[in-house]
Amino acid sequence: MSSGTLYDKVWDKHKVTELPNGQDQLFIGLHLVHEVTSPQAFGMLRERDIDVAYPGRTFATTDHIAPTEEAKRKRPLEDDQAEKMLDALDTNTAENGITFFDFESGRQGITHVVAPELGLTQPGMTVACGDSHTATHGAFGSIGVGVGTSQIRDILATGSIAAEKQKVRRIEVEGSLNEGVYAKDIILKIIQELGVDGGVGHVYEYGGPAIEELGMEGRLAVCNMSIEGGARAGYINPDETTYDYLKGREYVPEGEEFEQLKEYWESIASDADAEYDDVVTIDVDDMDPMVTWGINPGQVVEISEPVPAPEDFETETDQEAAQQALDHMDIEPGQSMLGYDIDVAFLGTCTNGRVSDFRRAAEILEGHTIDDGVRALAVPGSETVRRQCEAEGIDETFIEAGFQWRRAGCSMCLAMNDDSLEGDEAAASSSNRNFIGRQGSKDGRTVLMSPVMVAAAAVEGEITDVRRFYDDRADALTAEDVSEVAD
Amino acid sequence: MVDKPQHITDVSGTGVPIYGDDIDTDQILPARFMKEVTFDNMADYLFYDARRDDGEFNDHPLNRFAGANVAVVNKNFGMGSSREHAPQAMMRWGIDAVVGESYAEIFRDNCKSLGIPAATADHETVTEIQEWIEANPDEDIHIDVEAETVTYGDTTVDVEIDGAMQQALVEGIWDTTSLMYSNMSKVEETVADLPYIEAE
Repeated sequence: MSSGTLYDKVWDKHKVTELPNGQDQLFIGLHLVHEVTSPQAFGMLRERDIDVAYPGRTFATTDHIAPTEEAKRKRPLEDDQAEKMLDALDTNTAENGITFFDFESGRQGITHVVAPELGLTQPGMTVACGDSHTATHGAFGSIGVGVGTSQIRDILATGSIAAEKQKVRRIEVEGSLNEGVYAKDIILKIIQELGVDGGVGHVYEYGGPAIEELGMEGRLAVCNMSIEGGARAGYINPDETTYDYLKGREYVPEGEEFEQLKEYWESIASDADAEYDDVVTIDVDDMDPMVTWGINPGQVVEISEPVPAPEDFETETDQEAAQQALDHMDIEPGQSMLGYDIDVAFLGTCTNGRVSDFRRAAEILEGHTIDDGVRALAVPGSETVRRQCEAEGIDETFIEAGFQWRRAGCSMCLAMNDDSLEGDEAAASSSNRNFIGRQGSKDGRTVLMSPVMVAAAAVEGEITDVRRFYDDRADALTAEDVSEVAD
Repeated sequence: MVDKPQHITDVSGTGVPIYGDDIDTDQILPARFMKEVTFDNMADYLFYDARRDDGEFNDHPLNRFAGANVAVVNKNFGMGSSREHAPQAMMRWGIDAVVGESYAEIFRDNCKSLGIPAATADHETVTEIQEWIEANPDEDIHIDVEAETVTYGDTTVDVEIDGAMQQALVEGIWDTTSLMYSNMSKVEETVADLPYIEAE
């Protein structure tokens, strides 16, 4: 059993009582609501004639079904089903006195982008949302958990969830990142090493020099994909980087109140002598950019590594899974992902739809145009991100390169709006899941990578080593280099 | 809502093997079918893409074992999205219990919320049950939630059901809203002690 960790401290602080089934009733300090998983929960509440217990701790936005084309963001929405969902959220938030960041608010966007940038997410909180990527909020040293609709009902009714404490695995990330290698590559590396079910039964505490060096947006990207590693939550202890980010945000108190809160934030960080259930060390020194080759985020390689063969895996089921992935992606074992043709480039999502992601991608796109055959979408994670990018002229760089510059939403990450892969299109994607059918077509192919790698792929029309774009360095890898490795 | 008994001590019915590790919720219930404000039609969308080739039903187990109550799955079943639509679709299709090697956490939590026991067993046991179902598609599997056993044919094996899930199902306290609603005064005490709420 862990002790003295941030997880232990935040849990104890929010534990209401032990339930008769042995679970803990845990208070949720910030409840984020979106249009897809909440209408049924509000319906259940209505059936029971119960009011929302903590409307002031509940915030709503619309993201999954939000049209990202300017012309399509008029109410009623063209898509009847989407309009119905949005209408339900309008009604449910208005009736219950819940703040809703709708299209008119200027703050609409993906829950996991909006809450951090407004300062709603703070260290030492428990955060829940009907979306698995609630793990994102752990970047602040909070405990963020994704929940199902019945649990949304629980939170609306009681401000609490019934939950069991998990084990805590400390992931010590050693080394420092090469040029062209980012937070997204770190988390893909962690999932490569520990597996997509490596985190089952655990929350992940990320630490070590490579994590401490990350800015808040990089930390959000790392924690975001904890769920892809099977962990229910992932977090990073708050430090000066965290406090600097929070200062001046809309929902963060100022002056003395800020200092008082900071005392709490500092107090909940893991103790130097904290005990963990497990400690794992991952070295990211000299690591190359990561790309997926398969149909789950654990089927991933450094760009210098060849695609594995089924026989490289131990169990029969892993071998079958690898074969299925190779068939779906239409690639051969030993092949390099460099040179893999892409039809679509997608930059955005709760993993990589933040200002720094667009800034870095814009640096790659500057002075280049995207390949003729590529459909390229830049979708800011929130309207705040969009405005900031536009203020910096980043949108112009994207548009001049040939990208479509869109409005905020989840977009082609799960294709619940109009943005979708068609047929067997292959996408270079900054999103978090490469599952079959994830981007809206059951034959579609998704290759996960960092934002700069997406920008580079858009320009080349194929997966490429982004380091070619930094002063045309001669040491960037080519497919030939990788097949030499394979030999 | 589907009516369920409050106390779930055992489940019986024919089985359906759903093969493969790491089956994600996007396969179980593709995102495009979540654009409905109720769960009513979710059964129609269960494994929608996997069950069809060019629009025609294929030999997916859910097509071959229609009417089954017990799904027998492999490792890390239900990974990915938190969407309750996935277990809702299974329940509304007819699944009353799941036996598998392991589950993604949120998926298992969602099963508990719906009163669906999710039992675990090792790879060999799960494989044997899957093979047995293939040979005996019309025979019942019996899951004793209290005793944590699965009986198929003449064989009874021990399985594990997470402690909290087992107790909640057997004692009829899996409706966590009512359970927690009775503790609202304690919730207020907890809130009063949270610095970030005082500070508002």
